[in-house]
Amino acid sequence: MTVTLIDYRAGNLASVRKAFAFLGRQTVTTEDPDQVRRAKALVLPGVGHFSTTERLATSGVRAAVEEAIANGVPFLGICVGMQWQFGGSTEAPDTAGLALFEGSCERFQTDLKVPHVGWNRITRTAEGAESRLLRGVEDGSFVYFTHSYRAPVVKGVAAVTSYGETFAAVVERGNIFGTQFHPEKSGDNGLRMLRNFCEIAEERSAR
Amino acid sequence: MSNGSTRRIIACLDVTHGRVVKGVQFVDLIDAGDPAELARLHAESGADEIVLLDITATSDARPILIDVVRRTASQLFVPFTVGGGVRSLDDAAALFDAGADKISINSAAIKNPSIITDIALRFGSQAVVVAIDAKRAATNADGSIAAEVYLAGGRIATGHDAVAWAREAESRGAGEILLTSMDCDGTRNGFDCPLTAAVANAVNIPVIASGGAGTPQHFVEVFDGAADAALAASIFHFGIHDVRELKATLQRAGIPVRLPC
Repeated sequence: MTVTLIDYRAGNLASVRKAFAFLGRQTVTTEDPDQVRRAKALVLPGVGHFSTTERLATSGVRAAVEEAIANGVPFLGICVGMQWQFGGSTEAPDTAGLALFEGSCERFQTDLKVPHVGWNRITRTAEGAESRLLRGVEDGSFVYFTHSYRAPVVKGVAAVTSYGETFAAVVERGNIFGTQFHPEKSGDNGLRMLRNFCEIAEERSAR
Repeated sequence: MSNGSTRRIIACLDVTHGRVVKGVQFVDLIDAGDPAELARLHAESGADEIVLLDITATSDARPILIDVVRRTASQLFVPFTVGGGVRSLDDAAALFDAGADKISINSAAIKNPSIITDIALRFGSQAVVVAIDAKRAATNADGSIAAEVYLAGGRIATGHDAVAWAREAESRGAGEILLTSMDCDGTRNGFDCPLTAAVANAVNIPVIASGGAGTPQHFVEVFDGAADAALAASIFHFGIHDVRELKATLQRAGIPVRLPC
């Protein structure tokens, strides 16, 4: 199966591409809405500023992603890619997110250093107990975060972590998945989640 | 510290001409092995991040070795920082494309500070590490610590104050500071804790302490200060301290670390 990586010219896709290659999956990198519509598995990697997601709306990719989600295509957002699944972010108040989950992202309200950079343990929420993305990942596993904004703990949050305050680490609802951390940089735990995501997409394609 | 975050242990590979080397106070280099192999070993033994620095790229006035970066990155699934000889946004872009997650800039940032902002705007602040090589100077009139920034692997004095430069780097968009004490580097007598604290308390971005690691106790000391992460090279390369063993010591001392890893 080929994983479709959405390129919105907001930084570095090489690490995500490399992780899928390590897992034996092909990737295609695109910003063509038609290619996004035809995807079997969609990943929106994310680094950088929330405003860069504006490009997704103007290029027609946003509409294509919404169509793919409605058709049941597994969709994984990473970091800013996960934040985009919320209503928006105070980082770029004029840029609308997909509003797949309630609430908006805000900058950390903490005396601790921002960006939050480092390895934290993630804890499943009650509704995250059956998370497909986290299948085989032990509760309390360490993953790697680097971000200044965080998403609220709302319905659909499958795991949380804390940095001065508690925030969403993993979201999951049906075929929609998101991680605030970088699974491609989180050692074996992260690779396991990416493999789970591929398998979810492969099971669906095989049906 | 119980805010949920762990202190990071970073293994550094000083590379020249495609081989990992280790020097004492930036000179007298000896061979320590293959970068890709060592990076993988360090990650397996629990290093939270890997840094690869091409320590002669700037002094040789040549670009960093992209193929070494690509080869090292291909099997590495922890954060990977690359530095040495990055002079432009294009240089940085080529390294990201080869698999780097963060770029460390040193000389170029002093000569042309706007490069910090250029890379941060294109790749995000989290991808920009400003490396500062500092040597202690006479203490300031108010008793505060003074250190001068050096360039080109410690060969050129700049006249810049390390603390002031760290602040400026932050304001221009740096996501982290990698602070190397030239006085301590390679001595294995411990980090420069007062200098690390002076810089870490002056900025609101993570500061990585570097230079002088010799024993696990040195890491305890620098984390008891204000370091967010600590970096070492030779003590790991030659198997003196396994990272996992080091982390167990830190955990016993009450310092939160990623363990098991």
